[in-house]
Amino acid sequence: MAEYATAVHEASRKAMTAWYDRLAAAAKSGAPSAYTMISGNCVEILRAFDIEPVFPEVNALQLAIRKQSLPLILKAEEMGYSSDNCAYVKADAGFTFAGGVGKDGKIPTPSFILCNFVGCNVYIKWFEHSAEFLGVPLTMIDVPFVRSDRPTDGDVRYVVSQLNKLIAECERVTGKKFDIDRLREVCRLSAKAEDGWQKCKDLCKATPSPMDAYFDAINLMGPINVLRGTQDAVDFFDVAVKEYEGLVAGKKGPLPQEKFRIVVEGPPPYPFYRQFRDLFAAWGAVAVQSTYSTVGGIWEFGFRHDPKRPLESIAEQMLMENLCNRSLLDRYKQIRRYVDEWKADALVIHSVKSCRLFSAGQGDMRDYFANELGVPTLLVESDLEDPRYYAQAMMKNRIDAFFESLAHRKLIKRA
Amino acid sequence: MIYGAGVDVGSTQTKAVIIDSSRDIVARALQMTGANVSKAAENCYLEALKSAGMTRDQVGYVIGTGYGRYKVTFGDAQVTEISCHARGAHFMYPGTRTVIDIGGQDTKAIRVGSNGEVVDFSMNDKCAAGTGRFLSASAEVLDLSLDKIGPLSLEGKDPVRLSTVCTVFVESDIMSYLAQGRKTPDILAGVHRAIAARTMSLLQRIGMGPEYTMTGGVARNVGMIQALEEKLKAPLNHGADSHYMGAIGAALFALERSEAAARSKCEEAVLGGWDDGSVEKKK
Repeated sequence: MAEYATAVHEASRKAMTAWYDRLAAAAKSGAPSAYTMISGNCVEILRAFDIEPVFPEVNALQLAIRKQSLPLILKAEEMGYSSDNCAYVKADAGFTFAGGVGKDGKIPTPSFILCNFVGCNVYIKWFEHSAEFLGVPLTMIDVPFVRSDRPTDGDVRYVVSQLNKLIAECERVTGKKFDIDRLREVCRLSAKAEDGWQKCKDLCKATPSPMDAYFDAINLMGPINVLRGTQDAVDFFDVAVKEYEGLVAGKKGPLPQEKFRIVVEGPPPYPFYRQFRDLFAAWGAVAVQSTYSTVGGIWEFGFRHDPKRPLESIAEQMLMENLCNRSLLDRYKQIRRYVDEWKADALVIHSVKSCRLFSAGQGDMRDYFANELGVPTLLVESDLEDPRYYAQAMMKNRIDAFFESLAHRKLIKRA
Repeated sequence: MIYGAGVDVGSTQTKAVIIDSSRDIVARALQMTGANVSKAAENCYLEALKSAGMTRDQVGYVIGTGYGRYKVTFGDAQVTEISCHARGAHFMYPGTRTVIDIGGQDTKAIRVGSNGEVVDFSMNDKCAAGTGRFLSASAEVLDLSLDKIGPLSLEGKDPVRLSTVCTVFVESDIMSYLAQGRKTPDILAGVHRAIAARTMSLLQRIGMGPEYTMTGGVARNVGMIQALEEKLKAPLNHGADSHYMGAIGAALFALERSEAAARSKCEEAVLGGWDDGSVEKKK
């Protein structure tokens, strides 16, 4: 385990550290930066203007994984946020109230705030509060929920018209004139990184899977969301693909033995990341796919940013090619493909207590997969950010019982 | 004769059972878990051995289950109580397809396959709403012992509607009904109905079906059995051993391992459970 996938871990760590260094430098120099959201992000536009993206969600999860989120959540609750509010929002609000200095240095006060994800009302309020508190302008992009299989031309035109307003804001902030050829180049680089993403995910169809596509996928999620549109992202995925191809050839995976292949839905409990992972590892369970890894974008099914239609393809990703802006039925389809094509034994749903938007419907999801499709499904609940919702003994009990039953059923089948 | 033992360390009580190779239960023991979990497990197991007139070395395998299963330090392996209750219920009532286990802090609904295997399960979340603790909190407010509340609830003619299944807020809910002059049996009937309704939502999640078997300490409560049967519109298997079902299941898993180890055939052990390496270890 110690020597497993070291190149990917190291490359991801380096890339993310360099990003935090750039943010700290921007905080000092006042170089342009913008807060934006992971969910269906349009980082390409910012890249085309050399505006450094800041992702408050990434800051929040970093705080949680380092077990620093609770005092900040309590701080936000003291300021009046409800205990039922999204814990990501509260951790970030508490962090901002506390001065915005993390372990990786100062997070810059942004040149402007870009609310690119409007699937969640709480997120809109979050960025409105941040803009007011920090005294910076807010650009809000209204992305309609798509109810049909594809966004209509009208949907795309609607989002593109707002992207043009975003471009005007970027021109104002940077004093640079928009260069469509620069955006085409950014989109070309995005597409190359997305090729690498798809290859990594496709390699997880191997037995054993070369990576845990839930727990290890965060190493890939940083570069694909934060660095997409840069040569650094392309280089990162070259390293990742090479390493995972080597692991597939050597029939190696993250665990000594892959006994169960699972698909995971929902974000991880970041404050207990390691403990949660160990509960699955104890049973030889490896995630071969996860929906959470696709919150920024879904590239494993072939969608690419298109240098020939840069704005339209950015709009399409925001509308449809990301997990959060899809209907629940589309999420079912996505999970079904994961279970079938990645040959999974079971589905595990980790439901988030402080996010009813994303978790609503997961009871039905469990029922659909377990009872209609016959896919063994486990539903567990805690939180992605707030440690108060996690109970190790209960979590272990459910996970152990689930894999005991899977093991038992496999044996009966074999007998 | 080959023996297997199961020790079920629950949040409230610890149960131990020894089963022989004729599948007869040769010993049962029960005691409060208390603060010293390891000691409770050890004492309970010793009591079972004593009542059977046996020594430790006569028992091939000991399996720990329940929340304190990792505190069964003398045990050979641990199995979750979900698997054990399913196994025990299927052993006692082979037609069982749905198990309702209401314990001190947990309510579980378990769907069971034809071989006693767990097909699906659902349980209360990080909250004791609608569990055995809810009943004991209600009993405390009414100043009654736990064994009285079930029979008394059957006398209720006009059950109250509780506004909560929260184990904390039930106290104020009951106080307000007492202040209104409502009778204790009516309040208790309402308490039992509230738990039954809560249990039904867990059951519906797993796709329930007959036969239904009740396990866990609350199975001794006649009021709870009746409230659940009314909701289910079906009979509920239960008996004196319902309380021991987790320990019985654990003892069966232990017995199968003992038998397999005796035959030195590892792979057969897993037909009754799964191979976690303990069979090899024991050999």
